[in-house]
Amino acid sequence: MSTTDITAARGPAPGPHAGPDSVRDAMRSFSRGFGALAALRLESCIHCGMCADACHFYIATEDPRYTPVWKAEPFKQAYKRESGPFAPFFRWFGLKHKVTAGELEEWQHLVYDSCNLCGRCSLMCPMGIDVASLIEEAREGMFEAGLAPAELYERAKSQQQTGSPYPTENSWADQLRAIGEKHGVEIPMDRDRADVMLCVSGIDIENYPALVVALVKVMESLGVSWTFRSAALLAENYPYLAGSRKWERDVVNRLVDEAAACGAGTVIVPECGHGYGALRWKGAELLGKALPFRAVDVSEYLAEQLRAGRLHLRRDGEASVTFHDPCEIGRKGGVMNAPRELLDAMGVELRELEDNRGFTFCCGGGGGVVFLESANKLRYRAMEAKLREIDDTGADQLVTTCAGCRYTFDDARAHFNWDKSPHSLLELVAQHLEKTGEASA
Amino acid sequence: MDPLLSFARGPMLQIAIAVFCFGVLWRLLAVFLLRHRRSRSPARHGRLRALIEGALVAGTRSWPHKVFIRRTGYGEALGYGYHLGLFIVILLFAPHIVFFKGIIGVGWPALPSSLINIIAVLTLALLLAVLVRRVSKPVLRMLSNFDDYFSWLLVTATVVTGLMATAHLGGPYHQLLAWHILSVDALLIWFPFGKLMHAFYIFPSRVINGYTLARKGGAS
Repeated sequence: MSTTDITAARGPAPGPHAGPDSVRDAMRSFSRGFGALAALRLESCIHCGMCADACHFYIATEDPRYTPVWKAEPFKQAYKRESGPFAPFFRWFGLKHKVTAGELEEWQHLVYDSCNLCGRCSLMCPMGIDVASLIEEAREGMFEAGLAPAELYERAKSQQQTGSPYPTENSWADQLRAIGEKHGVEIPMDRDRADVMLCVSGIDIENYPALVVALVKVMESLGVSWTFRSAALLAENYPYLAGSRKWERDVVNRLVDEAAACGAGTVIVPECGHGYGALRWKGAELLGKALPFRAVDVSEYLAEQLRAGRLHLRRDGEASVTFHDPCEIGRKGGVMNAPRELLDAMGVELRELEDNRGFTFCCGGGGGVVFLESANKLRYRAMEAKLREIDDTGADQLVTTCAGCRYTFDDARAHFNWDKSPHSLLELVAQHLEKTGEASA
Repeated sequence: MDPLLSFARGPMLQIAIAVFCFGVLWRLLAVFLLRHRRSRSPARHGRLRALIEGALVAGTRSWPHKVFIRRTGYGEALGYGYHLGLFIVILLFAPHIVFFKGIIGVGWPALPSSLINIIAVLTLALLLAVLVRRVSKPVLRMLSNFDDYFSWLLVTATVVTGLMATAHLGGPYHQLLAWHILSVDALLIWFPFGKLMHAFYIFPSRVINGYTLARKGGAS
């Protein structure tokens, strides 16, 4: 996809549209979901500022405002003033002033444009605070205040209401079918019964149809019963990015309902970082009960199949690759070995990035930042270090397992005239599938 | 006995200890009695392993991951350095041990006073370096508030008055000792209200957050 297309896909530029009660709404929402864990995180900060040294936005700019924990400052302040253990003390002595609407509007840039929710800062904090979770909660407050950026708000709203983040000429299911027809693969859609249900990223459907073909080929090679469901086709969860827990739950619910309708015991999220995080780690929490299926990232599913001897890959050892761990799948999701097992099985030479696995830098697009017009300049600056690390490996190919990351790297390719193009691990797996009978030969 | 000293280690100390104890207890209860959200998504490697890995974070987080150390090593060395100095001086200085023995009934061996003095001076130097860093580094200057400076002031005042008392510098010993104990009283009273509480939060925070990260099987 070109950068023009990316811009076209965006909504109107975000502007401050906080109402007169925005601060009250934001703080009410922030404190409503408040539990011991969030309070412990807010209470524990010692203002050491070390989270800044883990954040690519700060490292790139040295602008202190991009210190991760500072991005949650108004909420921290409101907590201490309004609901902390010594709230009256803070109020009487004027140690914490009241958060103003103006401050919240100013913080929109910090909570959205300059945070990928990537969680790298959470690994640095000497107090062990999961700073990314705090900012996630700050986004929920901002959403309630009417301060979610228009691009994310509109997509979240549309996805919650219609299942699609924006109107499309043809339905997503039709677009999938068209890809199948064009490439001569049959797309299993809305089968009544299936053991495995798959969703797919809308970014892939629109920009990387080869991934859809690869997905179908790989799944067919495994001989499992599987299906897409047209009513819950997309892996993305835009409400998660915008900051609406309620809508996020509705999107998860759609997947749950469709999996129940076809009796799937496994739901695979193929190469969509935040979609995986929202379903696998937040889904049950949002619903208040365990998911009635196993939610897996496609790479961990395929690595399991490989170990079980059902996935047969050809080792060709031709290319050297470097692998970008998507934050939501790797650092925050726990799937870091599986992609490497698959790469190893294909015999490719893996040249690790300087910062890899749990410590990898975000691509810069995570947390929906890639969709924010207002974030572009900063995002490009922040991702320069990442691109340098990729170049430094000298690998032939950059491989990743997230459509959003791939999209962000492709955008960078156009912006920086960068000579690398990101590849999908799934596509690489499909290219290395042993033909029937070849495996035993 | 000097009336100021009697006041400092008599009623004032009792008030300070009472504020400290009730304040700390209240601040801990007010946080830990809040609603606990149950984790409903299945832990990647089981809860037990996540608990063990979370518990390990309590210790491992004291040493920065090697990818961060280049950027944070200096700040962490300063921070942990003066904490270590404070612990040694507080716990291994003979008069302090006598004080603790009076309260809890048990004593332990002390380090030589000359060594304690050297450590206290080094600790003071580190505290000054920490302050310089806080006011000169834009990130820290921006994050800092009254609590940061006031807590620093009380800790530093305690070290300075302690050094003055042991060196008999700046006045009669009993008066210097009174100021030292008064600064301890002030520190104890302020303790539950500000960032000094991190002494009680640090390990629960590391373990609980470590557990929430470890149950996903991600980096912790």
